[in-house]
Amino acid sequence: MTRTDPTDVPRPHAQLHFGVFFQGVNHWTIWSHPDSGSQIDPASYRRVAQTAERGLFDAFFLGEGLRLREVDGQIHELDIAGRPDAITQLAALAAVTDRIGLVSTSNTTFNEPADLARRLSGLDLLSGGRAGWNVVTTDNAWTGANFRRGGYLDHADRYRRAGEFLEVARAFWDGWADDAIARSTDAPAWSTPGAVRQVAHKGTQFDVELTPTLPRSAQGHPVIFQAGDSGEGRDFAARNADVIFSAHGNDFDDALAFADDVRRRLRAAGRPDDDLRILPGTEIIIGATEAEAQEKKRWLRLQQVTPATALSIAGLLWNRDLSDRDADGPLPAEDPLVEENDGSFGARRIADPRKVAAEWRQKAEANCWSLRETVIALGPQRGHVGTPSGLADKFAHFVRHGAVDGFNITPYLIPDGLDDIVDLLVPELQERGVYRTAYTGTTLREHLGLRAPLTHRAAPTEDRAAS
Amino acid sequence: MSAPALRLALEADGEGAHPAAWRRAAHTPDALLTPRRLTRLAAAAENAGFTLLTLEDGLLPPGSGPDPVGRIGAVERAAFVAAATSTLAVAPVVPLTYAEPFHVSSQLASLDHIAAGRTGWIVGEETDPAVARAWGREVVGDAAGRTRESRDGVEVVRALWDSWEDDAVIRSVATGRYLDRERLHYIDFTGDTYAVKGPAIVPRPPQGQLVVLGRPGAVPQEQLDVALVDGPDLTAVRSAARAITAPRVLAEIEVALDTPEATGAERVAALERHAPWPDHGRLRHIGPAAELVALIEDLADSVDGVRLRPLVLDEDLPVLSRLVLPDLFDRRVAARPLPGTTLRSTLGLERPANRFAAAGPREENR
Repeated sequence: MTRTDPTDVPRPHAQLHFGVFFQGVNHWTIWSHPDSGSQIDPASYRRVAQTAERGLFDAFFLGEGLRLREVDGQIHELDIAGRPDAITQLAALAAVTDRIGLVSTSNTTFNEPADLARRLSGLDLLSGGRAGWNVVTTDNAWTGANFRRGGYLDHADRYRRAGEFLEVARAFWDGWADDAIARSTDAPAWSTPGAVRQVAHKGTQFDVELTPTLPRSAQGHPVIFQAGDSGEGRDFAARNADVIFSAHGNDFDDALAFADDVRRRLRAAGRPDDDLRILPGTEIIIGATEAEAQEKKRWLRLQQVTPATALSIAGLLWNRDLSDRDADGPLPAEDPLVEENDGSFGARRIADPRKVAAEWRQKAEANCWSLRETVIALGPQRGHVGTPSGLADKFAHFVRHGAVDGFNITPYLIPDGLDDIVDLLVPELQERGVYRTAYTGTTLREHLGLRAPLTHRAAPTEDRAAS
Repeated sequence: MSAPALRLALEADGEGAHPAAWRRAAHTPDALLTPRRLTRLAAAAENAGFTLLTLEDGLLPPGSGPDPVGRIGAVERAAFVAAATSTLAVAPVVPLTYAEPFHVSSQLASLDHIAAGRTGWIVGEETDPAVARAWGREVVGDAAGRTRESRDGVEVVRALWDSWEDDAVIRSVATGRYLDRERLHYIDFTGDTYAVKGPAIVPRPPQGQLVVLGRPGAVPQEQLDVALVDGPDLTAVRSAARAITAPRVLAEIEVALDTPEATGAERVAALERHAPWPDHGRLRHIGPAAELVALIEDLADSVDGVRLRPLVLDEDLPVLSRLVLPDLFDRRVAARPLPGTTLRSTLGLERPANRFAAAGPREENR
């Protein structure tokens, strides 16, 4: 099957794993196109999930944001927004899909383990072992304004809480012995006495006692995803996660450096360095020829970066309201404001806005770019552009050299945006021997080729006390 | 008879209304927690002509001692059922005693989108202090406290459903705006124990507001669309129903029907050897299908529908499906739901106006 000489590359038999990220809140998904469908109609979700399943994807992935985004204290109007609760939507998709993994992004700061562990467990059972959980944290009072506790958590405690949360969740998932449920209606009791273990946890973040109410699914535990890029986030992943949903998948060297860093952290955490799958988020733009693909990208960027969006993105960098400027005119002559701007998403991520603005101005003048053209050329970059065979060669190179284990793909068009990838790219990858030609397992854990859940490895689980 | 036809609901949690129902189930105990069993149950209820499937829930094990201690969350089951059915509506029990109203609002709004408006919500309560220990929250120890949490929670959930006007997504190419922020609203709720800002992260549900069901007393009636009423006999149920000010009333009936294999009384007696069937002060029919039809017909002038709680789902549902519902439909006492209708419209309830849109001229955001 494979054309590669096994001695050529570090991982000659490596396989790509694809996820689809139905993102729901962003400016990369275009909404002005006539083929752009509903972001809330269940038919859109079903269509994308079923297309991904036809393309033998590992996972269907949903995001979460617990407050509508704002800029300068006003609700951000330019991007798609308004999406379903992830676990609820995925439970519905469990009924209309057979194999694809169903991954929910769920927050550890504004949930409690007794409730969330149970919901994830329910999804895992309803899907026959296909659930995943992308563990995310937040700390800000701005999001907290929607919840009973408000903004209670220090930034430094985000991952401490997430770690303890996961500990309690795993105890819930491990609470039932494998043979907890009676085999027959004639048994003395529905559950074997002593087969359900109470969970009592007292830590710095949680002081809880709960009774696990569900058995494990066919995959043991939901597969744990992690997406934070900070050193803390990477260490958390190295200790806890099965999959990293990274931001390092555009450039080969950057992807490889990230993957090597993760492997180092895995070894430091006492895990084998192939114990975790690295799936960068990406966008894939396909054309019949290289020139057509580039033309499509140019067209797409203009759809994504509308004049209003260009002014908004530049406004985040300048930390000023630029909405009354001309996107087809030059960049602002004034310097960015440097004070904190807590209410806006994204603003705090730019380390040295004055320096970046100066670079933008210089390049814009050198190339005669308008503000909008500058944002398109220099703003957040992502994605892979090319022909099906060119992309397949590139991705085979990425995976065989250990730079990635696959990609979590955001289609730029809902619900048809995966069609080209499934119909044109997947067959090329299959021909190169880097992509499955059929599902060989039934669970998400099996699709990803993962070992048993972390808590099931050191000691066998049949330590149930007789009672 | 000119009264509108009754609507029929089925409580489908676990194996049935009797705690030991699992002993008479048609499958092995572990099948209870499988998608296959849920699919079959929902299909049977839909094919029978039920309007609504309800799913009990709570954070603690559903039973104790020798009875089932496993249960998949009702919202997850409801979403799964909604995706697997086309006319049957579904209503999970979701208590607000400790849960986050913001999450509950998102989950239920999502459920309504998934089901294209075939959903309701039964406002439950968590009464056991062990639930507070599991959540890691202060115990809400008395009925007044629980009612306060339900009242505030329902207010928040309903306000969040209205926080997106129906046409908040404008996709205006000319201005580059996907949303119109003038049609999105902060709810700025402040209650006795917490505050919630809003707006929701999920667009307004297809029904505008899901059908909210609950027990009068536990939830203020003005917050309910449908009151669930109990009574040990017809007179008690009729008088309870007359006292209701909520727009619609469903009466609860526990049923143990005669099956081809055994009479209802024999089946109850067989289960009573394992455990008593707790008396909740509800109408209880044990006997032939025809008598249940007559009982429901007797109720037709006092209530808008009934919720049936079968002794053992696997035994009683086939009898309901073969004998009881067809007879009720033939006599025009009850009606099936029509394809393409919301639960709200099936119950003859109007789609509510949006409280924020109705408040008057659009407020300036700044």
